[in-house]
Amino acid sequence: MSKQIRAVSLISGGLDSMLATKAIMEQGVHVEGINFFTGFCVEGHTHAIRKKDKVKPKRNNSLWVAETLGIKLHIIDIIEEYKDVLINPKHGYGANMNPCLDCKVFMVKKAKQWMEENDFDFIITGEVMGQRPMSQRRETMPIIAEESGADDRLVRPLCAQSLPATLPEREGWIHRDQLFDFSGRGRKPQMALANEYGFTEYSQPAGGCCFLTDESYSKKLVDLWKARGEKDYDLDDVMLLKVGRHIRPRPNFKIIVAREDGEARFMQGYKKSFINMNCESHRGPLALIEGDPSAEDLYLAAQIVARYGQGREAETVEVAVRDIAGNESMLQVKPLGVDELPEEWFI
Amino acid sequence: MSQFELDARRLLCPLPVIRTQDKIKTLKAGDVLVVTCTDPGVMQDIPAWSRINGHKVLGAESGEYEFIITIEVGE
Repeated sequence: MSKQIRAVSLISGGLDSMLATKAIMEQGVHVEGINFFTGFCVEGHTHAIRKKDKVKPKRNNSLWVAETLGIKLHIIDIIEEYKDVLINPKHGYGANMNPCLDCKVFMVKKAKQWMEENDFDFIITGEVMGQRPMSQRRETMPIIAEESGADDRLVRPLCAQSLPATLPEREGWIHRDQLFDFSGRGRKPQMALANEYGFTEYSQPAGGCCFLTDESYSKKLVDLWKARGEKDYDLDDVMLLKVGRHIRPRPNFKIIVAREDGEARFMQGYKKSFINMNCESHRGPLALIEGDPSAEDLYLAAQIVARYGQGREAETVEVAVRDIAGNESMLQVKPLGVDELPEEWFI
Repeated sequence: MSQFELDARRLLCPLPVIRTQDKIKTLKAGDVLVVTCTDPGVMQDIPAWSRINGHKVLGAESGEYEFIITIEVGE
């Protein structure tokens, strides 16, 4: 009896990896999915924070794709290991803080490690040549295969016919003529294939799946590193950069002001880690203070926070300030006027 | 069969799923895991993960702030 060939597929939750996986499953290969969580993934948790997103289904698309395909999915936490990819990318950043090429190399390398540990035979990705300006180009395809160590055990079913034959093709585990030659940023071939496979629902094609491609998020990350004097972060930093208005009036502290109830509820969980404040005399948002503020800085912060409450037009408002131990004090402040908040304070 | 508990409060998806997955790797078939979370996304994600990986969801309770999912570990 011949051995059942097994492949591990990088499942992002998008259409391309879904199609690539299906194309290999159609050839009788046993496929299991793998999904890496860097902390910067737009997928999943972000939807839970903001109230305005409550109408959206809170599903994780990679799980949904796996279930639709009928395959197992292994979700791997790579938050710590990913730091080195983000902080020291060999191939540099894209338009923002996105180290896409290094990220792809890293993920394929991790998939190779998983493949070897679990006795699988090759790796599948949904890459399409020419689809992404940084990581999915003809020149980068061999770089990813080589630097990850996956070499010819890396199969890209959607553009395989435009690439040299891989080991699974040469060994006859899969047939090249049943793979594809998609290229470029157009989505028509993928949509046609989705239709052929009977996929009527799939997540936004080629949608950004990483906060690091977002200009606003990247600016906040750079500001965080600059303020700390070192390129480092933890998961709480990553999460908090996604919520609230970030205002840095002085280099030694930053204010994160909740924009709505969903964010305020999420930020409640950080009250034991940050000095925090909110208006007591009027309805107003919760704010976290990051850094090392003086008493004078806290007074300014309270004036700023008051600006975002219903007492913004009042002569004075009362702001409750709590330290990390939960000790509370009250400040009477005049809310800052809109013209007293310089644009450069907003990150 | 033994019952185990996992506290996944304050974690946002997919972290509760990852913690559940990692905990279940250490359990035996038939064991029961009770996961307590604060992210409402788990009501979709943990059952989905359980279904595709051959585990049975025995219950999913939704409170105002907490969500409790009970899983029987599969083979």
